[in-house]
Amino acid sequence: MKSIRRILAVVRKEGLQLRRDRLTFGMVFGLPIIQLLLFGYAINQDVRGLRTGVADLAGTQRSRVLIADAEASQVVTVVRRAGSAEELETLLRRGEIAVGLFLPHDFERRIAQGGRPAAHLLVDGSDPIVLAAAQRLAELPIPRDGVPRESAVGAPRFELRAYYNPERRSAVQVVPGLIGVILTMTMTLFTAVAIVRERERGNLEMLITTPVRTPELMVGKILPYMAIGMVQVTLVLVLGSLLFDVPVRGTLADVYGAGLIFVTATLGLGLLISTVAQTQFQAFQLTFFTFLPQILLSGFMFPFDGMPQPARWLAEVFPLTHFVRIIRGIMLRGAGLPEVSRDVWPLLIFFAASMTLATLRFRKRLD
Amino acid sequence: MSEPLAIHARGLTRRFGALTAVDRVELSIPPARIYGFLGPNGSGKTTTIRMLCGLLTPSEGEAEVLGHRVPDDAERLRLEIGYMTQLFSLYGDLTIRENLEFVGEIYGLATARRRRRIEELLEIYRLGDRAGQRADTLSGGQRQRLALAAAVIHEPRLLFLDEPTSAVDPQSRRDFWESLFQLVEGGTTILVSTHYMDEAERCHGLGILDQGRLVAEGAPRELMQGIDATVIEVETEALRAARAVLDRIAEVLSVAQLGTRLHALVDPTWDDAEGRVRAAFAAADVSASVEITRASLEDVFVAATLPSRREAAA
Repeated sequence: MKSIRRILAVVRKEGLQLRRDRLTFGMVFGLPIIQLLLFGYAINQDVRGLRTGVADLAGTQRSRVLIADAEASQVVTVVRRAGSAEELETLLRRGEIAVGLFLPHDFERRIAQGGRPAAHLLVDGSDPIVLAAAQRLAELPIPRDGVPRESAVGAPRFELRAYYNPERRSAVQVVPGLIGVILTMTMTLFTAVAIVRERERGNLEMLITTPVRTPELMVGKILPYMAIGMVQVTLVLVLGSLLFDVPVRGTLADVYGAGLIFVTATLGLGLLISTVAQTQFQAFQLTFFTFLPQILLSGFMFPFDGMPQPARWLAEVFPLTHFVRIIRGIMLRGAGLPEVSRDVWPLLIFFAASMTLATLRFRKRLD
Repeated sequence: MSEPLAIHARGLTRRFGALTAVDRVELSIPPARIYGFLGPNGSGKTTTIRMLCGLLTPSEGEAEVLGHRVPDDAERLRLEIGYMTQLFSLYGDLTIRENLEFVGEIYGLATARRRRRIEELLEIYRLGDRAGQRADTLSGGQRQRLALAAAVIHEPRLLFLDEPTSAVDPQSRRDFWESLFQLVEGGTTILVSTHYMDEAERCHGLGILDQGRLVAEGAPRELMQGIDATVIEVETEALRAARAVLDRIAEVLSVAQLGTRLHALVDPTWDDAEGRVRAAFAAADVSASVEITRASLEDVFVAATLPSRREAAA
């Protein structure tokens, strides 16, 4: 009874402080909105309009149709005309174009003979996303004699659309994972700073002479942020649905349930940081130190399957990795929490481990 | 001894690396008294208080506070003590009332009692008209009254105050001490650290700390009467010349200037100090009136901390 009273006292106090801390309060709402807009609109992995140079030495009808088809795919926009392969290379090197399309003099003869590739695609390979997009371009079929033009042009368009086109697709993929990224960022940071700030401001010396117990303090500090986490989940869901038409194919209860489990794991990490860091600045540093690998290795940004084995092992430790899988499963594939339990229990273990460590590390002494 | 001691410490020692912050301190403090720690910065006042609160583990020695062993039994002790830290340690972004509410809840005060107690404290410490004001906008004196109110909200039997008046004007200090005496009348024991002589003089018992050691202890009056030095007061026009004369006498332990007078501590084994100092002035052709006077608490403090300063100088 007294224990609950003390937890509630800490909760109420944290709530009051949070409400008066304009910067933090702004972050609660500002960060999800900014990130959602950034990832939804700006960081669009649907590549289109690559600056392209064309050297059409063949100059036949067929070569012109091929160029027109490439442009029609919207992947490339022809910005330069060149007279030779060397000229294309120069343009590429200078960065004036990202893709060069070279059609040699013997374009027609090569097509007739089969064997050697009829056209060359010169690609700026320094950007993997550009490279991947251009590779798809190479799959464009070359218009053949005797085949009606409509079907020759229609077929590649159809194929490109299937893999690529709708701009919705990228947002749909990104938004569920984004919930995890936003929660990781804000939750870890808020709790990481929570105890350090009390130490820096001298509040801790008063607090540890009171009867408040360490677990009470920890739980009291975590609870308000769990509520904030749920507010952020709601914000992303609503904005994602309004702006990007992101579906929730599973149940909302599962989404919030998964969110809650994930938030506790993240808060545990934050509290642990809080007991290690001596100053708020150190808490910031440590938070970002844990944040960066999580965002890079979780499968949110890059496909998990493309990573080397050690990176995957490491990624399995991170809460974000599991949450990205859970939330994509629930929101996009319509899975229920029990079906993704394989990724739920690592989160629970992470929470238990980090909270235990944090409680053990936090001493009600100044030694 | 009928009354159990509020604080009993034997050989209390705390080292931080090579530094011995508190060195074999012995304390026997009876209840319902104000006991003062007088000492310069770094003399071990705060460290001793922290050990007695159970915040620091002693390197050696042991202490019982209100019958509880510290730090082992510190959790149970916490309900019975209040601790006012040297720096303001309540929440600047909460109002006076919110701070008191928080501390009251943390100490597990039931709602009705807490409400009543907070109203009482706002009244006693004259904070009622500012109850809704945020703590970081208060003046030094108001903030200190709030800190005291928070430290006594659960009516502790023992109160630790670590340099409570260091950021406060003289009038506020007087008021503050009035409220301390009221608490003592109610049976509270208070341990207060200070480096102000006038505050130290108000204590029932006083321990002078120097470089971690308890170098003198007793009631202020006892300490002044029992000072281990002869105190000589010199009144003269030629202050600098007089001072030079005194500095040349080996038996003069220390000289301090108080306005137009010089205050000298002299070796108590030196017979007829008054006469010999007069003779020295006459020899140096300095006209001055010399007489033995009563020791002030400052004299006691200077005499008690002399050996360590001699060491440092040597």
